[in-house]
Amino acid sequence: MAGKTLYDKLWESHVVREESDGTCLLYIDRHLVHEVTSPQAFEGMRLAGRKPWRSTSIVANPDHNTPTKDWDKGIEDPISRLQVETLDNNIKEFGALVYFPFKDSHQGIIHVIGPENGTTLPGMTVVCGDSHTSTHGAFGALAHGIGTSEVEHVMATQTLVAKKSKRMLVKVDGKLGKGVTAKDVALAIIGRIGTAGGTGYAIEFGGEVIRGFSMEGRMTLCNMAIEAGARAGIVAPDEKTIAYLKGRQHAPKGENWDKAVAYWNTLKSDADAQFDAVIEMRGEEIEPQVTWGTSPEQVLPIGARVPNPAKEADATKRTSIENALKYMGLQADTPIEQIQIDKVFIGSCTNSRIEDLRAAASVAKGKKVAGNVKLAMVVPGSGVVKRQAEEEGLDKIFIAAGFEWREPGCSMCLAMNSDRLSPGERCASTSNRNFEGRQGPGGRTHLVSPEMAAAAAIAGHFVDVRQVQ
Amino acid sequence: MKAFTQLNGLVCPLDRANVDTDAIIPKQFLKSIKRSGFGPYLFDEWRYTNYGEPGMDCSTRPLNKDFVLNQPRYQCAQVLLACDNFGCGSSREHAPWAIEDQGFRVIIAPSFADIFFNNCFKNGILPIVADVAVVDRLFEECQANEGYKLNVDLPSQTVTLPSGDSFKFEITPTRKHNLLNGLDEIGLTLQHADEIKAFEQKHKAAQPWLFAQ
Repeated sequence: MAGKTLYDKLWESHVVREESDGTCLLYIDRHLVHEVTSPQAFEGMRLAGRKPWRSTSIVANPDHNTPTKDWDKGIEDPISRLQVETLDNNIKEFGALVYFPFKDSHQGIIHVIGPENGTTLPGMTVVCGDSHTSTHGAFGALAHGIGTSEVEHVMATQTLVAKKSKRMLVKVDGKLGKGVTAKDVALAIIGRIGTAGGTGYAIEFGGEVIRGFSMEGRMTLCNMAIEAGARAGIVAPDEKTIAYLKGRQHAPKGENWDKAVAYWNTLKSDADAQFDAVIEMRGEEIEPQVTWGTSPEQVLPIGARVPNPAKEADATKRTSIENALKYMGLQADTPIEQIQIDKVFIGSCTNSRIEDLRAAASVAKGKKVAGNVKLAMVVPGSGVVKRQAEEEGLDKIFIAAGFEWREPGCSMCLAMNSDRLSPGERCASTSNRNFEGRQGPGGRTHLVSPEMAAAAAIAGHFVDVRQVQ
Repeated sequence: MKAFTQLNGLVCPLDRANVDTDAIIPKQFLKSIKRSGFGPYLFDEWRYTNYGEPGMDCSTRPLNKDFVLNQPRYQCAQVLLACDNFGCGSSREHAPWAIEDQGFRVIIAPSFADIFFNNCFKNGILPIVADVAVVDRLFEECQANEGYKLNVDLPSQTVTLPSGDSFKFEITPTRKHNLLNGLDEIGLTLQHADEIKAFEQKHKAAQPWLFAQ
């Protein structure tokens, strides 16, 4: 019998019961909650007179609606304010292990704070009413997004009704060139397999390049698994995972730590494990990436030109390219390096951790944001990240270069607060989605790494960060 | 949850691949703390020519007359015909809420994004995966014939075209049973509360650190 994949092991260790058609009840260890996808779930609980099964599994925090400046003014938009206050009240009523209200010194993006405080651990099942829950797979956890009905189901039963996914291995071996990051690897993978390439799969990321990534890099990569269509992305835990977790507030301590580490060391795919699909890539071949269209799969290396739909044989793809170019206001065959930008956003659950900010600051240091860039903003992923960056003087580097240094939150990744693009504005963004209207109605998003975003801010257009560093 | 058994419904074709949940229901409407009332904002940025805000009276907003949902022949459609990777992107259940609130009960596409597909079943919507060739034919017939309806029968897992031709679709027995009976999934799961408790005890003994207070 073939060995097991890490996904098989994580899945099997959480099955409470299985129906004859393979539908399972899966036990959930960690439930992350934010203000946007939870109010209807809490209301459902209230209407049915149900209590949470295990409120200490809940880690909650508002992030989508919170402003990133003028915190003393509170939340000006009354609808946003009501949603955030509703979360406050729901947590008060139903309980949680961890809750950071708006303006708490630890508040931040839910996918940044879980790993940061040790509430995300290897071997766990982690869910959240948010597709970027895949981020937590970086720790060797089975983590994925769920809908609001499922949020309610998990609260009430501590389980999820689920069917096992197929297993995909994405293996990136070799060595990355200078200036090429986890974000570029993620975008290159999506460019290769497409935004539906991972649909129906849980992806395990392996190979020398992934082993070489820091935990921050692995989080960036797993975060983007959903943009390849896979609900879950996973990286097997190793010494980096263990070193990252040691001493974190909610990480196990003492004898439990030793037992936990012994267990976590077993969390890897067996040498003879069978995957349903295997994708192999070489690190040397991956260049800094820039998306040019309205889907993350519409991505090219920095040295390329915007595609020409006339050269596309497939009619559906041709129409998609035409639609994307029209929306993005781009001419076919334009060199990507000639695309001028209006705004820069460095932040989001993809790229707002300390390492991302250090990387962007290293590019911005001693330089000035170009005159044609109306706004360049840096939004740290959490209060903890913000303070650490300030201790390292990164805020001063950004401010001196002309960036705005903001308070933590989801911000212009999805523009639910007042941080947004105006119609027609073009943004170099370290976020995860370049969908139409994502960063504001009519806004045009180009996804890049933090280094590439900082370099674009300085140049006023996209540039190859390898040539400016 | 609303039950679904059988439907003979008007078809509305949305000829666009990779329709994401940001397009289905833009983020500003996610600020609502309610579960209903999203229908008028379905496909908001494609449907209207002005910027939509929560609470707006959509009956007075300028319509994009080219958008399929605004064409008189597709009013009151109950079957949404879509392209590859429908519902990709965010996990927002507001997307199926908006689709259901608009009156759609069935979506037919060659493929769906996983989270969206799953969310549909929680809201009495039947998503049907059909072969590309079948979907292409449905698009052609639907666009060529005003008043084009499909008969969707869940018990027999069959879609019947006006010509009498039909095709079968897949659905897991658990989902079919729950949808046919409009069952409360939480109530069903809680029937297994003892098994969940037993699992939890075993799990806690093996990995006590997962249960830190």
